[in-house]
Amino acid sequence: MNAVKFLVAAYVATWAIHGLYVGTLVRRFSRLRRELQETKASGFRRSAPGFPQQD
Amino acid sequence: MKRLFPILSVLTAIFLAYALYLALGKDTPTDAQQGDVYRIIYYHVPSAWTAFLLFFINFIASIQYLASRKPATKTAAKWVVIAVGIVGLVACFLPPVQRLLPVGLRPSAVATTVLLIPIFYFVIGKYFPGDNLDVLAVTTAEVGVVFCTIVLVTGPIWARPVWGIWWAPGDIRLTSTLVLWLIYVSYLVLRRFSNSAQTQMLAAALAVFGALDVPLVYFSIWFFRTQHPQPIIGGSSGGSIDPRMLHVLLISWMAFLCFAFLVCWSRFRLELLHREIEEGHAMESLVGAAAGASLPLGRSSR
Repeated sequence: MNAVKFLVAAYVATWAIHGLYVGTLVRRFSRLRRELQETKASGFRRSAPGFPQQD
Repeated sequence: MKRLFPILSVLTAIFLAYALYLALGKDTPTDAQQGDVYRIIYYHVPSAWTAFLLFFINFIASIQYLASRKPATKTAAKWVVIAVGIVGLVACFLPPVQRLLPVGLRPSAVATTVLLIPIFYFVIGKYFPGDNLDVLAVTTAEVGVVFCTIVLVTGPIWARPVWGIWWAPGDIRLTSTLVLWLIYVSYLVLRRFSNSAQTQMLAAALAVFGALDVPLVYFSIWFFRTQHPQPIIGGSSGGSIDPRMLHVLLISWMAFLCFAFLVCWSRFRLELLHREIEEGHAMESLVGAAAGASLPLGRSSR
């Protein structure tokens, strides 16, 4: 049936949006981890609540 | 904690796959009028419910954040929330109030929703003290916008084969959902680009007003005649859903709730990390400025 392509489009669109958002989160995490390492190196590192320690 | 997140991620992925299997499976009946395209409901409706829940949490966290600025306001807000819970619960069972409710809307459902306000208020206040309320607010707003985007994308994809149009201009359910999305996008833009010290307060105030649109979105199909279908769960006579479809719909919602929880968890940690780094940069600047200011003094004392 022709309408099935709309069903597939809706499901694909849903996971594409979720995938994009999760991808953005991963990218932001890696950028902040890098920044954290730099800040840590400059000696202002405090304990990070709720964040897994790097070492 | 380190191991819990991957374990929950795997379990959620399995749960989502199971929900997808049920949504597309032969055991779930096909709609007599729409055919298989109706199965969009298993992603469209759970996404809407999840977005509403996240905006509701954002609303409670924002009120808590605004109230926590002064001890007197905090105490007053606590009693107001308790009063809302008790008065709302009792009012739902009074005949004059029941007559105001739309046909098919059960007073017990309204009472349960009203009771959630004090419950969420105290639970969020207990587990997210201080600035964590603001972190929770930004987290739920952002993830809520993602789910609301899915609603706004899957809705027109579903409407095209069923209504013959992508969008029904002037339809109050569709318009109010778009307005809701725009309010929370503006909330995120405000937080992203404003550097004022008052940003968090302004954003919390915006969130409180934005949340007022959620009941309008939800009840629009109860009070107004719209192109959007009338409620199929708990609605007036004739609008009932097959129990097998309802079962799959609820399974799908549970799976999306688990997924939303994991995404919120990640976003929450990301925000904490971001704030810690900002704090570190601020301290660096402060120490740098102090060192710069004391340098001439140090030279002169030698």
